[in-house]
Amino acid sequence: MSKHGRLLLAALAIVVIGGLIIVPMNFNRYGLYILSQWAVMTIAAMGLNLTLGYAGQVSLAQGAFVGIGAYGAAILTTHGWPLIASLGLVIVICFIVGWLLGYPALRVQHHYLAFVTLAFSTLMFLVFRNESWLTNGIYGISNIPRPEILGFPTRKPLPFYYLCLGSLALVTLAMWWLIRSPWGRAFMALRENPIRAQSLGIDTRRYTLMAFAIGSVLGGIAGVLYAPLTQYVDPVPFNLQLSLDLLMMVIVGGSGFMFGPFLGAMIAVLLPEWLRVAEGYYLMLYALAVIALLIYSPTGILGILDRYLGSRRTQAASALRAAAQSKLEAAQ
Amino acid sequence: MTAVLDVRDVKKSFGGITAVDGVSFDVQEGEILGLIGPNGCGKSTLFNCILGQLTPSGGEVRVDGKLVTGQRPAELNRLGVSRTFQLLQVFPKLSVRDNLILAGQEHRGSMLSRLFGPSDAGLTATADQMIGFFKLEHLANEPAGGLSYGQQKLLDAAMAFMGGPRLVLLDEPAGGVNPTMLGDLKERLIAINRERRATFVVIEHNMEFVMSLCSRVMVMAEGKVLAIGKPDEIRANPAVIEAYLGH
Repeated sequence: MSKHGRLLLAALAIVVIGGLIIVPMNFNRYGLYILSQWAVMTIAAMGLNLTLGYAGQVSLAQGAFVGIGAYGAAILTTHGWPLIASLGLVIVICFIVGWLLGYPALRVQHHYLAFVTLAFSTLMFLVFRNESWLTNGIYGISNIPRPEILGFPTRKPLPFYYLCLGSLALVTLAMWWLIRSPWGRAFMALRENPIRAQSLGIDTRRYTLMAFAIGSVLGGIAGVLYAPLTQYVDPVPFNLQLSLDLLMMVIVGGSGFMFGPFLGAMIAVLLPEWLRVAEGYYLMLYALAVIALLIYSPTGILGILDRYLGSRRTQAASALRAAAQSKLEAAQ
Repeated sequence: MTAVLDVRDVKKSFGGITAVDGVSFDVQEGEILGLIGPNGCGKSTLFNCILGQLTPSGGEVRVDGKLVTGQRPAELNRLGVSRTFQLLQVFPKLSVRDNLILAGQEHRGSMLSRLFGPSDAGLTATADQMIGFFKLEHLANEPAGGLSYGQQKLLDAAMAFMGGPRLVLLDEPAGGVNPTMLGDLKERLIAINRERRATFVVIEHNMEFVMSLCSRVMVMAEGKVLAIGKPDEIRANPAVIEAYLGH
């Protein structure tokens, strides 16, 4: 990217981040709730973007990990654990469970793998609903406390929104680090050509399991924030629908693009709110908008930008070639 | 001296078809062994058995005297065995440079140290050297998928050398490459062979390429070794002419 483009991008980033900090100060309780939910869902979608977008492993189980995180946080914090400690435990659990869920991916791929992960999703939903001794079944767990962070209470919507936004920032930095590290390159190799990857010494088994484990951990982290956000968890939000929604966020935003989940989650969380003016028709409009987008750009919103930048690059390159050609001809 | 590659009585059958039927040969350090034979004679299957992509039904494969039969491709690669593929195998969305860094990174440190180390695994200089060596400078930042077929073939070969391998198995490196680029490729391969004492086994149908590149040639037919020897001997061998080279 050119120096000019980089400056533009940096300016855009500052405006967006500043906007996310300042503008919500005037929001009401509901607006802040929606925005916090956007931050939480973005974290979960980033996890799926790693597993699916970068490493190419289809998963319909991301919602289940959000559920594991939410229930973990709900159960532990209502028993007096601090949120940060329950976060630690949830990360360990999600890493192990995600790792194990990766094993089928070593045998099956694509829609077969989707079915395996779908079964896991259903299994977890049944655990949330039926294992009342642990999850309180269909009655759910209420009165989930919001944490104090470094002495600051986050009971009110605005501080809690900042907690969600701060967590999103940390997760984004970690993700950025991961994707530009040799691991990120290996994940993409897994997606693009696993056979060639193996012949270059890339332990595809271990990277596949790792992609599942890390992606699942991000789902768990999102869940840990979800519980104190809603302050009530029951099984319904963690059924298969959530996994499908997260999948849609990744695809619509742009699978395999770092910031795809941000846009995807924005569309999935905010668009239905904006379309409420359409009353009964909003779900239909929403569905049509998504269909239209994916027909126009199967690679999602960031795919459009990528294509635009790609064609600009090609134009610039052919202009250079033409200039060199005419110089060559002039010299002869 | 121990052979770099020692293949003993390797067999591979798929159902009732025996694709490789008891093949034995060895390759000494610094040698370039050509492997020729009609289509379907078992050359690529033999490669895949040596490289762990397929598990042989019988026989042994040793690299530097170490038994490696049935080891996974990634493990073999880290032992210094590298390969190129008959059909193009680059990572189309990664840049040429990133393709090369990827090809070398798993030879640097442990998985954990790579996560926290530099993002290029310290390989940008090596990758750029390889890019220069294969004359791909102007394409270093381009996505590999945008290169021409011949350029991708060069990249594919360059990738095989990033890990500093002892043994490289090249499956039809010349297929579909234009004559000028083919000359380049041959010159590069000979240079790497001399400078780094890298040992090659090359499957190829282009006779001129094989005969001028290789120090020894092995001919396969119907899963068996028909003949093995210096290029001139192979050219003069009546059985080879009968089965493959034609009258």
